[in-house]
Amino acid sequence: MTTTSLEHGKDRGASLQQQRARAAFWFLAPMLVALFCVAAWPLLRTIYFSFTNTSLDNLYGGHLIGFGNYLRWRTMPSGAVRYYGTLVDPDWWNAVWNTVRFAIVSVSFETVLGMIVALVLNAEFKGRGLVRAAILIPWAIPTIVSAKMWAWMLNDQYGIINDLAVKLHLLDHKLAWTASTDTAMIAVLIVDIWKTTPFMALLCLAGLQMIPRDIYEATKIDGINPIRVFFKVTLPLVRPALMVAVIFRMLDALRIFDLVYVLTPNSSATKTMSVISRENMFDFAHFAYGAAQSTLLFTMLAIFVLLFVWIGKVDLTGETNR
Amino acid sequence: MANIVLKNVKKSYGAVDVIKGIDLEIKSGEFMVFVGPSGCGKSTLLRLISGLEQITAGDLVFDGERVNNVIPSKRGIAMVFQSYALYPHMKVYDNMAFGMKLAKSSKEEMDARVRKAAEMLQISHLLDRLPKQLSGGQRQRVAIGRAIVRDPRVFLFDEPLSNLDAALRVATRLEIAKLHHDMEDVTMIYVTHDQVEAMTLADRICVLRDGKVEQVGTPSELYDHPNSVFVAGFIGSPKMNFLTGEFAKAQNCATLGVRSEHLQIVPDGQGMWNGKVVHAEDLGSDHFLFVDVGSDEPLIVRLAGKLDTKLGARVGVQPLEGQMHRFGPDDRPLA
Repeated sequence: MTTTSLEHGKDRGASLQQQRARAAFWFLAPMLVALFCVAAWPLLRTIYFSFTNTSLDNLYGGHLIGFGNYLRWRTMPSGAVRYYGTLVDPDWWNAVWNTVRFAIVSVSFETVLGMIVALVLNAEFKGRGLVRAAILIPWAIPTIVSAKMWAWMLNDQYGIINDLAVKLHLLDHKLAWTASTDTAMIAVLIVDIWKTTPFMALLCLAGLQMIPRDIYEATKIDGINPIRVFFKVTLPLVRPALMVAVIFRMLDALRIFDLVYVLTPNSSATKTMSVISRENMFDFAHFAYGAAQSTLLFTMLAIFVLLFVWIGKVDLTGETNR
Repeated sequence: MANIVLKNVKKSYGAVDVIKGIDLEIKSGEFMVFVGPSGCGKSTLLRLISGLEQITAGDLVFDGERVNNVIPSKRGIAMVFQSYALYPHMKVYDNMAFGMKLAKSSKEEMDARVRKAAEMLQISHLLDRLPKQLSGGQRQRVAIGRAIVRDPRVFLFDEPLSNLDAALRVATRLEIAKLHHDMEDVTMIYVTHDQVEAMTLADRICVLRDGKVEQVGTPSELYDHPNSVFVAGFIGSPKMNFLTGEFAKAQNCATLGVRSEHLQIVPDGQGMWNGKVVHAEDLGSDHFLFVDVGSDEPLIVRLAGKLDTKLGARVGVQPLEGQMHRFGPDDRPLA
């Protein structure tokens, strides 16, 4: 045996694994700092504010009051108990209901329509590239612009939609789509579905293109009818992509603000959680109260995602596909 | 159980002609192999027969019935794809049964057929697994099983072995040959670019080149009597030795072909050609000598036994009597 004394030389110190981890840390550090500044810190501040009595005119003068912004009660001299706070605020629950209704309806429509559009775009036809680009236009327009555009089209006096509907005898009189409490939510839904279906279609299309072509050829040889192919082959195979798309859209829809704020300002029929929390914070100067509502919204989103991932067995990491 | 006739079948994609008029008869129960270099149209021809592609011109006849416009599932075919094309989200059992569920077969019959096919291919223990849990060879068996279950009259294979490693390829080749023996009356059409697969599996081989049939015949016909320089060079490994120029002129032809096993080594100066050994390959059972006799490429000589010739040695090369292939200037054989 002549190799009893190994020459160490440069091979000293950290193992390869440790060196790799250290390099990874230094590459990740700037991102972690940035994320802390723009995401974690504001979030923590908002949660902190929700437990104080801060108001907009005295941002640094608040002190901790516990759960008072969420729920507090006082016993009246008569013996009756009075409850206060967001959790018993009918405006808040109206906003929750509006938001949930909006999210479920809009995402359902967007998913179905997006899937249909994706199936069409996945087929081969002349000018497909052009159509694929054109279909993204609604998604590319800034929400403020499209909301204003639709506000004009839905205008009760000058709007083209009322005009056409009346001329085609679909309506017997012109409707104030965005102002009337009966139709405001429908207006918001129409615009949001119009705007977001392309995004859904794009995500579905990406999923569809992952499916190998020869699987469809096998179904042709097997003689399986197209509807069965869609439900038994296409849908199960795009499901992972579709689930991720639905989560993204659902998160977006649950925190919708801009479209509602611009299209139907101050309508109780459409006010969402984000809208009402902003309103409390800045319009009514109840900064801590709005912060409590924001915190509740954040909590609900977090619970929703966890449930969805758990129940739908969504694989956000993509590990099982390897 | 299908006799397949192709009459002047053509296929073009726009202005590009891929299949340029093919006449071919595939007899019932025959194992026909389409072979050719990549881009010769062999896969396209298979897809025309399967109905996955529309025939541009000509007739495709199954048992006397023109099937040009019959959809794939009504042609009585089953196809094994190069990539297996298994349904990734279905268990092996469902992969095999999926195509039958609509075929109005009773549940018991379907179950019996799936299990029989699984037994035939020794995949009964895999029926509850997903394709991703199987090895390449097992996936290929499932794909073949799915085809068997359809009880087709024509079996189509599109390069089924090209995704397998070398050892598995040989084993699966044997399986397919066995399948052919077990299913005597089923016509099989097999596409490959590998002439060894073609030689070992085929009853008859159809060599395709540039969208046309170059030669059709049994493996030994093609090997012994190639009717063009192309076929002579394509069939057989190592490739046939070709000599042109002065070497060929001496034998009154434009191209002279000799297979490596039809060359002998004789002492330097006594061969028809003489030269230096520039390279040697020892395969154990036999060995190849590469002899530079002044032609474009060195002659390959196949010899039995262990390598015993030194690199750089000068030797004579003598072809065996009557084993030379002489081709004219049109690349066709001379009488």
